Amino acid sequence: MTTMTIAKAITAGLRRVLEQNPKSLLIGEDIGKLGGVYRVTEGLQAGFGEDRVVDSPLAESGIIGTSIGLALRGYTPIAEIQFDGFVFPAFNQITTQLAKMRSRSEGRFGAPVVIRIPYGGGIGSIEHHSESPEALFAHTAGLRIMVPSNAHDAYWMIQEAAASQDPVIFFEPKRRYWLKGEVDTENPAPPAAAAQVVRPGRDATIVTYGPLVPVALAAAEAAQEDGRSVEVVDLRSVSPIDFDTVVESVEKTGRLVVTHEAPTFGGIGGEIAARVSERAFLSMEAPAIRVGGFHMPYPVSKVEDQYLPDIDKLLDALDRSFAY
Amino acid sequence: MTSTRQDSAAPDSAAPQGALFPNADAPGPANRDAANPDTADGEMVQLLDQDGALRADPDFSGYISDVDAQMLRGFYRDMALTRRFDQEATALQRQGQLALWVPLRGQEAAQIGSGRATRSHDYIFPTYREHGVALTRDVDFPQMLRIFRGISNGGWDPRENNFHMYTMVLAAQVPHATGYAMGIQRDQAGWDRARLEREGTAVVAYFGDGASSEGDVHESMVFASSYKSPVVFFCQNNQWAISVPTRVQSRIPLAERARGYGFPGIRVDGNDVLAVLAVTRWALERARRGEGPVLIEAFTYRMSAHTTADDPTKYRLSAEEESWAPKDPLVRLEKHLRSAGHADDAFFEQVARAGDQMAARVREEALAFPDPTLEDSFNNVYAEAHPLIAEELRWHKEYEAGFAQSPAEAGQEGAR
Ligand SMILES: Cc1ncc(C[n+]2csc(CCOP(=O)(O)OP(=O)(O)O)c2C)c(N)n1
Ligand SMILES: [Mg+2]
Repeated sequence: MTTMTIAKAITAGLRRVLEQNPKSLLIGEDIGKLGGVYRVTEGLQAGFGEDRVVDSPLAESGIIGTSIGLALRGYTPIAEIQFDGFVFPAFNQITTQLAKMRSRSEGRFGAPVVIRIPYGGGIGSIEHHSESPEALFAHTAGLRIMVPSNAHDAYWMIQEAAASQDPVIFFEPKRRYWLKGEVDTENPAPPAAAAQVVRPGRDATIVTYGPLVPVALAAAEAAQEDGRSVEVVDLRSVSPIDFDTVVESVEKTGRLVVTHEAPTFGGIGGEIAARVSERAFLSMEAPAIRVGGFHMPYPVSKVEDQYLPDIDKLLDALDRSFAY
Repeated sequence: MTSTRQDSAAPDSAAPQGALFPNADAPGPANRDAANPDTADGEMVQLLDQDGALRADPDFSGYISDVDAQMLRGFYRDMALTRRFDQEATALQRQGQLALWVPLRGQEAAQIGSGRATRSHDYIFPTYREHGVALTRDVDFPQMLRIFRGISNGGWDPRENNFHMYTMVLAAQVPHATGYAMGIQRDQAGWDRARLEREGTAVVAYFGDGASSEGDVHESMVFASSYKSPVVFFCQNNQWAISVPTRVQSRIPLAERARGYGFPGIRVDGNDVLAVLAVTRWALERARRGEGPVLIEAFTYRMSAHTTADDPTKYRLSAEEESWAPKDPLVRLEKHLRSAGHADDAFFEQVARAGDQMAARVREEALAFPDPTLEDSFNNVYAEAHPLIAEELRWHKEYEAGFAQSPAEAGQEGAR
């Protein structure tokens, strides 16, 4: 067991991938000499050389397009997109090529590329540096989408992503990069596709992932003071989603709140609410309630606190759920 | 040898009977490696050298024949005010008053020279570091800080000064510039040459050496060339894209890329305000006359960090920074002004005082900006009524009101 920040746990996970898979390589803007703007790849170019930790030209479509080519040639590229808002020049490559390679080749081969993206808000930054575009990718069949929320998961899930035969978008909760946690480098975390109950409870379920897991846990703690026992489920993967674990929890508690930073409209929360109502309607004491971003471009940082889900908003959602 | 290697480009054995070029050598083309893009080697337009001495250029001197001592002092003042603004904004960021700042020290000549070459009806598409160009367009400096203070994503009204909003997604504004120029072409259809020269409008698209690698730049150049649109591509090659040197983006001087698109490209000493002015005037005049785009590569140096969040010691040597210090655009013009007897201590002191006054106003106004509300954000998503926006806004207001009215908070400041 060692204590690490989420950022350093990803660094350690990447280091292990580079050590164990000679065909793996990292590519992205400023990831080599600088070690990435968040220093997640710090020291890796010094350790593995410029062919395996590649400072790319400034072109996201190029980064993902060439990663696909490298994968076709038998390599395991782990690409970095510097910030969530800058993935879109590569959107074409991701959605029309990467996601579809397996179906287009009639199952003969795919393009197992990993795309790391620091994502989410709450960092007081300027435009395009705080977005949560996961639903756009979840809507695209052929991509797996992982979102770790703690250091141990981050360490193991990045390795799982690199070992996957499918393309993986790996969303890193950037405002939690400095969150420390115990990492057990001997015992792997459960597979990403298995959601985890990170706090057991009896009266209501909060489902979330990534940066809001600590917020949901804090809300559950606060609700405890009002005598409410709230269960928190960390999805860890938003494609696929482990509906079994979610449904099992809601069947027990009867109440569901889903929260993410991304706008609620057309988001992951809506999908969860719909599935749960299809499978557990008779167990539900109240409709599923979503707490997420509003239907607007991510707002300027001076007002982002009013946009982002926080403890109060989750408590308010619980109140509304219990009011039924 | 018995077999002939039909698949080889350079057969090393006797050619088969009937081969098209049986005895031809295959040395490949001569080594055509262009000048190293990292250095100032190769052609670069310069009118004012590092020591402040004027250098005539047969092609370009004529483009600044109107420049006199007063204009030179004006350029110096522009550059000095820009640098002072940059310094004040950096200080504001350090004091926690801005989320981030993007310094431009070192690039003042590239920006003032090109900005001063434009006419007020020309339209400019900047990236995010063009504070000096903004000055030449009379954009109010304090307004520019609204973006970096987390108050606004737009900052100023681009229609007032024909200076577009900053665009943080690299290169995304370059196709907009081209499309804007395509619109101008349509507006000016049928104008004769004299009228075009007199009243014609052109567009300038600013982007960096790093952004030049984005597909959007390529596509813009294809369109602009295809339609001969009146757009000038102004690339500030400041040697770095955060930590990545220009050679990762291009093996040849960036200006040489223009040839592949079928329009002129030219490298100019980006620390020489006169050369930049001359070259940009030339490019704009061509564009206005309907002769199509030009790519200008202003060869300069980002003397500061990429942003206030960046640490250049991680990726570049201080020796490199020092080697650019003598090329400082302000120092160079000051030398010239003094040696030519165009300016004395009193002038430079007066400029410094004006800078301090401007900085004080910038600080005062920036700190006094009212905070935005989330309601503004709701209101600016669509032009027409949208039921989801209305529903979410209603919810938001009720939710926030719930805090303001909670008994514990009554009479005190709101929960937020
Ligand atoms: C599409 C996109 N990708 C990545 C970034 C992150 N980023 C911001 S500035 C920068 C480097 C830009 O270098 P250059 O174009 O040379 O302009 P300079 O900053 O030197 O003025 C990068 C990678 C971005 N803003 N937009
Ligand atoms: Mg640059």
